[in-house]
Amino acid sequence: MQQATGINSTAAARGGVMSSLAAYGPTYGALAALVLLIVFNAIFTRNFATPDNLWNTLLQMTPTALVATGMTLVIATGGIDLSVGSVMAIASALAATLIAGGTGVGVAALLALAVACGCGALNGALISGFRIQPIIVTLALLIAGRGAAQVISQGGQLIPLNNPAFGYLGRGYVGPVPAQVLIMIVVAVVAVFVMRRSSFGRYVVAVGGNEAAARLAGIKTHRTKITVYAISGLLAGIAGLIETARLGASDAAKVGLNIELDAIAAVVVGGTPLTGGRATVGGTIIGALIMQIISMTFIMNDIKFSWSLVLKAAIILIAVYVQRPKVA
Amino acid sequence: MMTNVPLLRMEGITKIFGGYKALDGVALTLERGEVHALVGENGAGKSTLIKIMTGAYGRDGGQMWLDGQSVNFRTPEDAQGAGVVAVYQEVNLLAYRTVAENIYLGREPRRFGFVNWKKMNADAREILERLGLNIDPRATLGSLNIALRQMVAIARGVSFNAKVVVLDEPTSSLTEHEVSILYDVVRRLKAEGVGVVYISHRFDELYTVCDRVTVLRDGRFVATRSLAGLEKIDLVCMMLGKRREELRQGTTAFRHIERRGDEAPLLRAENLTRGRKLNDVTIEAARGEIVGMAGLLGSGRTETARAIFGADRIERGEVYLEGKRLNLRTPGDAIDAGLAFLSEDRKAEGIIPELSVRENLTLAALPALSKMGIVNNARQREIVEKFMKRLGIKATSADQKIRELSGGNQQKVLLARWLCKNPKFLILDEPTRGIDIGAKGEIQALVGELAEAGLGVLMISSELEELVEGSSRVLVMRDGECVAELRGNQISQDSIIHAMAEGSAVQADQHVADDVSKQF
Repeated sequence: MQQATGINSTAAARGGVMSSLAAYGPTYGALAALVLLIVFNAIFTRNFATPDNLWNTLLQMTPTALVATGMTLVIATGGIDLSVGSVMAIASALAATLIAGGTGVGVAALLALAVACGCGALNGALISGFRIQPIIVTLALLIAGRGAAQVISQGGQLIPLNNPAFGYLGRGYVGPVPAQVLIMIVVAVVAVFVMRRSSFGRYVVAVGGNEAAARLAGIKTHRTKITVYAISGLLAGIAGLIETARLGASDAAKVGLNIELDAIAAVVVGGTPLTGGRATVGGTIIGALIMQIISMTFIMNDIKFSWSLVLKAAIILIAVYVQRPKVA
Repeated sequence: MMTNVPLLRMEGITKIFGGYKALDGVALTLERGEVHALVGENGAGKSTLIKIMTGAYGRDGGQMWLDGQSVNFRTPEDAQGAGVVAVYQEVNLLAYRTVAENIYLGREPRRFGFVNWKKMNADAREILERLGLNIDPRATLGSLNIALRQMVAIARGVSFNAKVVVLDEPTSSLTEHEVSILYDVVRRLKAEGVGVVYISHRFDELYTVCDRVTVLRDGRFVATRSLAGLEKIDLVCMMLGKRREELRQGTTAFRHIERRGDEAPLLRAENLTRGRKLNDVTIEAARGEIVGMAGLLGSGRTETARAIFGADRIERGEVYLEGKRLNLRTPGDAIDAGLAFLSEDRKAEGIIPELSVRENLTLAALPALSKMGIVNNARQREIVEKFMKRLGIKATSADQKIRELSGGNQQKVLLARWLCKNPKFLILDEPTRGIDIGAKGEIQALVGELAEAGLGVLMISSELEELVEGSSRVLVMRDGECVAELRGNQISQDSIIHAMAEGSAVQADQHVADDVSKQF
């Protein structure tokens, strides 16, 4: 930290250790925690630092990371999307039903993604058009979506899928990299680029930072909100398809269950404040990694898994504490 | 009980918020059966005083007596128990409960541990009748209109055996007819010996229902006067803190040149109408002209600006730019047409606090700065550098978060946000409020230059010097109407104040103005 350069160094130089911690907390706190976790595991956990385990870790976290990336944009506008798990189930049930009924894999997948994206856009339209709180709108879809998914799959029965082309999504590799991990990496990189370089990315944080000001600056705040929820829906759809391909079956009652909570946790741990106005997609990916590695640490060391939940909760609280808004 | 002590007396009330004195030695005396107006412009300290009076805030200095007894309310419940209640403009009641439940919320009459509905409804009916209101206590509150809900809120206040009732802008959401219901209630309270503190921006109301007025300015006590016999112009002078000697020129950075506007208007806004806030406002501005707009708080200045900019829905009215009618549904439409609007409240409607100077500066210009949605960093840097230099924006770098800048520098960034779009018409709402003298002069000089270069400007300001010296014409707003247009040598602080108070452009009477100066 001593070698820090630029503007941040002046902020850190002003106070002692605590204030420099506070200054770096939001930006590097999550990264520091991740490094600590990896170092700890590399030393104490057998078979942790192996290529197999690296890919396995990334594989495990892919659905959460995808959903959390969309969630990051939603939260940056000051909203929240609780419906992601149910949207995953809808996409899963729809794709599986269509493929089982003889539709081509490509068409089925695209259709499922379009519906997922539409679900998100509907969330956004209700939130911005009717000024209903995001938590309520997306809670409604969380409930209704799970039901709809089970209706699509004829009463929620398990639909087995033996289609090799579709299965590639869950089990295929590109070189040493699992196909789904590659998708996650591409999505994350695109999201980072969009948030850093595009005008849309700027609008997202502007709407979350000060909606009235953004509107007076000519930003189409409704369109911006609808778009972020649509993106969140789309990414949830992709996650739903991956999960389905991985299982080789669609289980509308289970796919994506409670994933919204893991995604929100990853976003918060990664340093995106729930109040909106800031977004760090990179942080969110780090947050998802932290959560995943904590789970693996407990499993690989044969400690009761329940304890990992307690540690995760502690990490979330610490993250929020470190990032709390400072009183001027 | 002694009858010669005032009902409520506050002396030397001081309140400090983080080193800043929001109130400094303020006094207020309220008699029984008196309706007492409390007035002042932004930041005068009215609401802080009310919150201290009703126990929502503690005080940092001063004393308060109720019926001659020294009191010190720690919570609003304390104050209510003593009979001092506030009724706020946004009614804090439960829409799905009945009128009677709302009135007695939290202290329902009970029998054997259960709510005694019969007694509660009867008591509520009695209170409502006392106030001359024909409302069914069993009706659901949500089924009543805004005005009646407000009356229920007052009834709730009265039900605490209120001795002092504070009404904070009670008419702001009421229609003309509903206002008369309120007046009636206020008169009944008065007749019962209740003291009413009445906060409103509307002079007509003050003169209709109030007996005396206390004026605050910048957290200080200015004067308490009887409204009967007090000229409106004196009241305005007290609110604005003007004296005769100050009504001279030479304190702003506007170069004093006579500006002629072009003949054909650049912008024309016609018959702008929105509820009671805007009533048939028509204004015109030419290229190269700075049109000043004066008016007290709540007079419809900002509403006019927002209507022209498409920021609020209006019921009626049209805006023409260069003779072309604009279809304004959102601010985005106005911006595309070539309008720009520097809003009054920098914090709430201007800056995006967490974003950098660069991001804030180019926010409105992004469509022009990006290709296929990707921002062109080189051009962005170029523009940011140019305008930071031109406006003398002081920041450690363009990456610094805007919230860390001083008010003056924030304002410059916001001005640059519009200037980099090269607009045709610029609306400035209080462009120099709350910024340091240096930045103020720079902004004024810049606006002057821009107008000379052909930009049309509408400048809303509470600073009369700024209006007198900067404008080629001054429009004066009052109660949602444009009541006067001053040109050439008609433009003076005197004439503006006169129009604000009386609603016409007649030159202020010399001896009236002299009287005002003696009172300070």
